[in-house]
Amino acid sequence: MYQYDTYDQAMVDARVADFRDQVRRRLDGSMSEEQFRPLRLMNGLYLQLHAYMLRVAVPYGTLSGAQMHMLGDIADKYDRGYGHFTTRQNIQYNWIKLEDAGDILADLATVEMHAIQTSGNCIRNTTSDQYAGAIADEVVDPRPYAELIRQWSTFHPEFSFLPRKFKMAVIASDTDRAAMRLHDIGIQIVRNAAGELGAAFYVGGGMGRTPMIAPLINACVPLDQIIPYSEACLRVYNRHGRRDNKYKARIKILVHELGKDEYTRQVEAEFAHLLTQNIEPPLAELERIKLQFADPAFEGGISDTLDRSDPDFALWVDNNTHVHKQPGYRVVTISLKPVGGIPGDASADQMRLMAKLAKDYSFDELRVTHAQNIVLPHVQKAELYTLWQQLDAAGLGSANLDKIGDIIACPGLDYCSLANARSIPVAQKISERFAAREQQIGELKLKISGCINACGHHHAGHIGILGVDRKGVENYQLLLGGSEGADTSLGTITGPGFDEDGIVDAIDKATDVYLANKSGEERFLDTYRRIGMAPFKDAIYAKEPVNG
Amino acid sequence: MVETQLRFRTDEPVGDPAVTVDSFGEQTNAAAVRVEPGDDARDLIPHLDRIKLVEVNFPVFGDGRGYSAARILREAGYTGELRAVGDVLVDQLAYLRRCGFDSFAPERELNLADAEAALARYAEVYQPTTDGRTPIWAKRHG
Repeated sequence: MYQYDTYDQAMVDARVADFRDQVRRRLDGSMSEEQFRPLRLMNGLYLQLHAYMLRVAVPYGTLSGAQMHMLGDIADKYDRGYGHFTTRQNIQYNWIKLEDAGDILADLATVEMHAIQTSGNCIRNTTSDQYAGAIADEVVDPRPYAELIRQWSTFHPEFSFLPRKFKMAVIASDTDRAAMRLHDIGIQIVRNAAGELGAAFYVGGGMGRTPMIAPLINACVPLDQIIPYSEACLRVYNRHGRRDNKYKARIKILVHELGKDEYTRQVEAEFAHLLTQNIEPPLAELERIKLQFADPAFEGGISDTLDRSDPDFALWVDNNTHVHKQPGYRVVTISLKPVGGIPGDASADQMRLMAKLAKDYSFDELRVTHAQNIVLPHVQKAELYTLWQQLDAAGLGSANLDKIGDIIACPGLDYCSLANARSIPVAQKISERFAAREQQIGELKLKISGCINACGHHHAGHIGILGVDRKGVENYQLLLGGSEGADTSLGTITGPGFDEDGIVDAIDKATDVYLANKSGEERFLDTYRRIGMAPFKDAIYAKEPVNG
Repeated sequence: MVETQLRFRTDEPVGDPAVTVDSFGEQTNAAAVRVEPGDDARDLIPHLDRIKLVEVNFPVFGDGRGYSAARILREAGYTGELRAVGDVLVDQLAYLRRCGFDSFAPERELNLADAEAALARYAEVYQPTTDGRTPIWAKRHG
C-alpha cells in the first residue's frame, strides 16, 4: 500500500501546526465561530448534538495494521473507547474535545493519517472498491488513481470553497462495489477497444434529497489527463454551481439544469484550455504510485481446499469470504453488524485485534467498506478457521454480509444535529427481529437514513428507510427497489410512513411477500423488480382483521 | 474605499476607480475593473493589455467563484495587479496567493503576524498553478 515520502509527511505535519493555530485563534477569541466553522469542517471537526465529532480520512478505505491500531488507541485516549466506520470508508469519533483535536491530528500524523477535507465544501476523501487488488474481475487496481486524486485534491487552491461538498470514487471493475454512479464524480478505469487503459467519467450523481444517477460524460479520458479533466469538471462547477440555495448546490443539480450535453460541452472546452497549462502530473508519477500497490508476496502452490466440518464456520465462509485472484487465498469481510449492535461501530479492543489479525494473516492490510464493515483482503484458506475463531471470540464473527442484518445506518438523532429521527434503534430492532431468518431471506441490502440528507444511502437500499419528523414525532418512510451496484436504481416510497415498531412490522410483511413470490434463486430485489410494488403495498397496508 | 493591507508587487499601485465588468467594454480608457462573483472573468480577456488592476470581490468568504476568476485571468496571461477585496480572511490567503492574487484589501483588518504565519506554513504544494511554485510531483521526477 501507499507509503508517504518526505513530501507527503511534511504536508500532514504542516497541517497539524496549521490546525493547532486555528484552534488557538478560536479559543483566544480572535476568530469568530462563524469564521472558524468552515476551517474546522475542512478538518473533519463537526459540532454535534452533544460534543465535537472528528472524522478521520481513510483514503480509498485502505489501512495498515499500525494505522488501525492507532485508531483504536485514539478511541481509548480521546473518546469513549469506540469509533464509528462510515459509508465513505472513514472513521469518526463522537465525543471529542476541541482542545484535544490538535493532539489527535499529531498522533494520526505519526502513522501517515490525517483528517484533511473530511468535511466542508471541498473535495472530500476519495473512495474506492474495498476488494481492490484482491480480486480477478478488476481491469487494474483502482487505488493508484485514487491516490493521484488524493494528492491533487489536497489543499487545492481553487476548489476549497465550492458551492457544496464534493465526493469522488474510483473503481476498475464492472461490478461496482463503491456506488460509483452515486458520486459527484465517479471514475471507472476501463480498457478501450484498442486495449488502452482510460478513465470513464460519470458526473453529477448523488443521494441527498434529490437522488440522481450520474450520467457518463466521457467514456475514456487518457490516464495522464485524469487530473486536468477532473479540474475542468470542478472549474465549471465552481463557477456555475448554484450558491443561492444549499439544497440545490450539489453538482448533480447543475448537470441536471444545464443538461448533460451542455455541461459536457463546457467541461470539454475548459479541458482543452487546461491542457495548455501543463498541470498534469507525468505518467512517471502514476508509475511511482503504482509500484507501491504491487501485490504482496503471495505464496504459490498452497492448498486450495477448506475443512468445512464446523457448520458455523462454513456458514461464515459462505457469507463473509469472497473468491481471491490468487489460488489458496480468500478475501475476508469482518462484519461490524452483530445482532442488536450499532452498525459500523468497533471498540478500541476490536480495532487493535483487527490490526493484529491483519498483521498475522493479511499482509498487514485492511480495508474499510462503504457498507461499514472491515475487509482483510488476502487471507490463506488454510488460516481461515483460526482467524474466524479469534474474530468470533471478540464479537466479530457475524456471518451476515449482504444479509438483512448487514444494515447501513447513519448516526441519526442519537448524535447528529441535522437528523430528524433516530436510525440506530431502528437498525437494532430490525437486526434482532430478523436474526433467525436472515439466511432464509438471503441477500437483502437494508439502509437507514435519519434525515433527507441520505447519509445512510436509503435511496440505494433494496429496502430503504428514511426517518422524518412529522409534527414532532419520529416517522419512518419505507422505500423498496433501490440498488447501488452495476444495476444502480433508486428506491420508491411505498406510501404513508410508520412509527418505530410499525416500520419493523412493515419490513416483516415485505419479506413475507418476497418469500411467497420468490422464483428460483431470485434475491429480494429481483423479485421486487419482477412483480412490482403492488403486492408489497397490498400486504404492507392491508387492514388488520377486526376481532368480534 | 478599503485600504490595501498586503501587497506583493513593487510597481506603483493604480489609483483609478474600478468599473464594473459590464461597463468596462464601453469605457475604453478605464484601467481598473471590479469582478463580482457572478461575472465571467473571460469577458475581460480581449482587454487584458490595457488593464492594470483587477479587483475580485468576495462578499462572503465562502463564495469561492473568485478563485476561478483569478486563475482564469492569470492563465490568460494577465500580469497586472490582482486584488482580493471584501471578506478576505487569514486562512484564505495561501489559497488566494496560489490562484494569482498579489494584493489584499480585506474589509476587516488582518492580524499581520497571523497572516505571515499562514502564508509561510506550507513549504510544498501538490498542484501547479501560475504562481510558479514547483509541485511535489515535479520535484519527485526532477
